[in-house]
Amino acid sequence: MAVYEQTYRRYQGALTPTWSRFLILPRYSFQEVFKSRIFLAFFLVCFLAPLVGLILIYLRHNLSALALFNVSGEEFREALPISYRFFHIGLGIQGFLCFVVAFFVAPALVAPDLRNNGLPLYLSRPFSRAEYVLGKLTVLVALLSVITWIPGLLLFLFQTYLEGTTWLGQNGGIAWALFAASWSWILVLSLVSLAISAWVKWKPLARVALLGVFFILSGFAKALNEARDIWWGNLVSVWSMINVTWAALFRQPIDDGTPVGIAWVMLGVFCLVCLWLLSIRVRAYEVIR
Amino acid sequence: MSNPIQTATATPPVLDLQGLEVKLGGRPILKGLTASLSGRCIGLLGPNGAGKTTLLHTLLGFYKPHAGTARIFGRDIRTELRAIRSFMGYMPENDAFLAHLSGVRFVRMMAELSGLPTEQATERAHESLFYVGLGEARYRPVGSYSLGMKQLVKLAQALAHGPKLLFLDEPTNGLDPPARQRMLELIQDIRDNGEVQVILSSHLLRDVDECCDEVLVLKDGQIATYTNLEEERRANRKFLELEIRAEQEGEEGGFAAAVQGLGCELAASSRQRYKLVLPEGVEIRDLYRLASERQVQIRRLDYKRDSLEDIFLKAMEGGDHGRV
Repeated sequence: MAVYEQTYRRYQGALTPTWSRFLILPRYSFQEVFKSRIFLAFFLVCFLAPLVGLILIYLRHNLSALALFNVSGEEFREALPISYRFFHIGLGIQGFLCFVVAFFVAPALVAPDLRNNGLPLYLSRPFSRAEYVLGKLTVLVALLSVITWIPGLLLFLFQTYLEGTTWLGQNGGIAWALFAASWSWILVLSLVSLAISAWVKWKPLARVALLGVFFILSGFAKALNEARDIWWGNLVSVWSMINVTWAALFRQPIDDGTPVGIAWVMLGVFCLVCLWLLSIRVRAYEVIR
Repeated sequence: MSNPIQTATATPPVLDLQGLEVKLGGRPILKGLTASLSGRCIGLLGPNGAGKTTLLHTLLGFYKPHAGTARIFGRDIRTELRAIRSFMGYMPENDAFLAHLSGVRFVRMMAELSGLPTEQATERAHESLFYVGLGEARYRPVGSYSLGMKQLVKLAQALAHGPKLLFLDEPTNGLDPPARQRMLELIQDIRDNGEVQVILSSHLLRDVDECCDEVLVLKDGQIATYTNLEEERRANRKFLELEIRAEQEGEEGGFAAAVQGLGCELAASSRQRYKLVLPEGVEIRDLYRLASERQVQIRRLDYKRDSLEDIFLKAMEGGDHGRV
């Protein structure tokens, strides 16, 4: 219909598959997020550590390149073993950057829809609450995946390609550790920040709340542990639970007394609580009792 | 007043309520609504708190029925909600938009969520915005729109995906007279186009009167009355409102008896005021003749028709207890 006709007409063309509609939300969100040049610059900085990792792995296998810097291959290999620890440190850096990304992006995901009463518009369409949450979650999951497990696994593959199958046989668990550690952090961080965005409509306050959940609770947990000489204060600290599970995945010593199984259970509990909080807020209309 | 259940044809009715009950926070809001409506534009009328918006929200699946169910074009809201939503457009009562998006991106996104591919959604977003009169403002952020423009953009997003049924919840809320008139003209145009059926919820009698052909009046979560305005208009049942003064005490009664003697249906609102329907063959001059014979002055004589206001006020006094 041409615009000049200005009359109403039903749409009877093809429809997109139902399963794919949640992907509309991230598409629009990415356009909004990357409008900010500051964020774009920061996001590019997030690739610095994987780039350095890539260079180090390359140098480790390129004696002539090392010779340019007057470094012997043996010394370099001894100083920089590509092991579980290497990837653990790398993921630690990326994990912190994930927090900063979520700090920027998450408060603008659900809160504006609630502030402008936009949810009835989404939910009056063939689009469920679960799809809405999944769509918003996908924004964070995609952004955080791009800076964690995807570059991590690419580095792992690059190292395998250069080092050979013997190295792969000894360190094959790194791939799983990268994948599982990244996803556990991405899920917890995304759900916590989405839940905060759903409950705190004002962006600056939502950011403060995000800092509170991750830092103030951790500080409180540490203080409690010190004061009472216990370990279970850590149960309220997302950082501690993540540290314990990551250390276990990357076969590193666990300096905190929390049992690994309990840490995994607690991460699951954090996720469930966040989903519950989201289920309360993500509704077309709230019923006042 | 006709029974809509009898007027239903072989095609499923637009809206079929079957003992629909909704409780919110433990309080009954809709109390066993039963009705079957097939009009092109169905009005939901009632005072604030009557349950109009709750009924719309239940039909949209925002609230679950406590008992009973409803069918829209034959599809059950309990089991086929997704299919129902795919052919429905909804314009909410309150402000509802995404402030940071431009008008065209907002409408396009909503059309995409309804299942339109991006290209078609873009095309139809532009068309809808031109159709409602926001063509020039379509690249501005929705947050910067005036109240009237926000109402129009809500209508545009409800239309963009080409629904078969449109829910309009208080569409003229907060509009100034010209904007209100524009909105009503749009609704009439949509209705007359014949491609979409409209359910209009309003507490404003004029809005419903101007746009709807069937009206369901709600009161305290129950159906107070149902009126087929289209049939009422076709029947064009007019009556006379008469005000008289007699020179002698009690002569009014004699005049009334004489008028009844002519075969007129007569109802007295007071000793000096009457409503009457003239039968075939009786004319107004007969009334003047009777008045002259009995020394009665006819002070006022008006042709009237049962307005929606009369129907509404009558319904507010009585009620059909949740069933039509």
